[in-house]
Amino acid sequence: MKFLRQTLAVAAKDLRSEIRGKEAVNASVSFALVILLLFSFAFDLEPAEIRDISGGLLWLIFAFAGTLILNRSFARELMNDCLDALLASPVSGAQLFLGKCLANYVLIVIVECISLPVFAIFYNVRLPQRLALLFVVMLLGTWGITVIGTMFSAMTVNLRLRELMLPTLIYPMLIPALIGAIELSRVLITGAPLAESLFWFRVLVAFNVIFTILALALVEIVLVG
Amino acid sequence: MPTGSTVSSSAVSIDGVWKYYGDYPALRDISFNVDGGSCLALLGRNGAGKTTLLRILGGLSKAARGRVSILGKDARAGSTRQRIGILGHGIGVYEELSAFENLSLFGQLYDLADPRRTATEWLERTGLDRVRDGLVREFSRGMRQRLAIARCFLHRPSLLLLDEPFTALDDRAIQVLQDLLKSAIAEGRTIIMATHQLREALELATDVALINRGKLAYRGARTWEMLEDPGWLYRHYGEA
Repeated sequence: MKFLRQTLAVAAKDLRSEIRGKEAVNASVSFALVILLLFSFAFDLEPAEIRDISGGLLWLIFAFAGTLILNRSFARELMNDCLDALLASPVSGAQLFLGKCLANYVLIVIVECISLPVFAIFYNVRLPQRLALLFVVMLLGTWGITVIGTMFSAMTVNLRLRELMLPTLIYPMLIPALIGAIELSRVLITGAPLAESLFWFRVLVAFNVIFTILALALVEIVLVG
Repeated sequence: MPTGSTVSSSAVSIDGVWKYYGDYPALRDISFNVDGGSCLALLGRNGAGKTTLLRILGGLSKAARGRVSILGKDARAGSTRQRIGILGHGIGVYEELSAFENLSLFGQLYDLADPRRTATEWLERTGLDRVRDGLVREFSRGMRQRLAIARCFLHRPSLLLLDEPFTALDDRAIQVLQDLLKSAIAEGRTIIMATHQLREALELATDVALINRGKLAYRGARTWEMLEDPGWLYRHYGEA
């Protein structure tokens, strides 16, 4: 109970700070909308072809826009040496990491919920009848992005080029999760049989479980040494 | 050279601690104890290793070699951090939160019984109750410093680690901090204070440690000659 209460206090603090400052969310939403607009000009495709590549388009936008939120996650702790104050408190590295993950997750999902209908309008894609399933895929894929991104945000927090380093480091790591999320989204948007994507569902779940456990085990070393 | 006693009742025990930044040894085989209830002035020139040592004691950094025991436990143990208050170079409070939200947050992180009531009490004690709901980003420097002091003392720590606590404080914040430190000493809490402000530090201190280029140059009780002539220690044990 204490673990959860302290974890949620960290998450609530990050969300409250972001709601007041709106630095990361504004940048992320703007970026997602601009990329959606540019991609809509860049490709002149038939509706069927658009549906085929829609999963890839969506997840590239989610991953790019998500990075802007993840970059701020630990960087916001640098002002006034707040990271030291957090690390000096009895909260464990795992609680700190989990709290930050939860806040980042909520913010990225908000950006995705804004981007998805815009994507449907720009690309004239009818959102699938299995929208609830697409939302589940979004939640699973986003957790993978969030866990890896938050971990590397902690690792790169003291680097001068962290804005550049974070995407450079996390995108290769995210390849299995992104392929899984892209494939599942494509199947749901094109209306293909779900059975053919069951493997990628398992990959996505396994990726999330493995990297969440690894991150929770290693974050103390990353933060304190 | 007087050295710290090795009694088991020590609040802080430092044994053969080394710390490197790259190849540079910032701390070289530091060993001493600090008895419970004492106030240690940790002195040394810029770059001597005072902040590095305080960070290790506070569990914010790990020693490359050696052992540190705080209140009988590892510095990084949750139960140890529950009993430590750190006031570092940064104020450690959030710009986008109000004074009350900041203290409530740390009250929750320190698992206090009633974080909101404790936050209100400390806002009153530091004279910030009138700006309770004001965002820290709108505060003056002095108000921020008083809030940082409140954050440090909020959970009634048994061990206070203070890094240059009087530097850049305004008169009111200095008064608040001095009163709190005197109360802490009277209550038998242990204080380790790294500072360049010799007179203020030596007035409060019961013990003194001097670090020169990462090595312990002096460790002993504060004497009257130090109080009368704060430069005495540097002349006798400092760098040539």
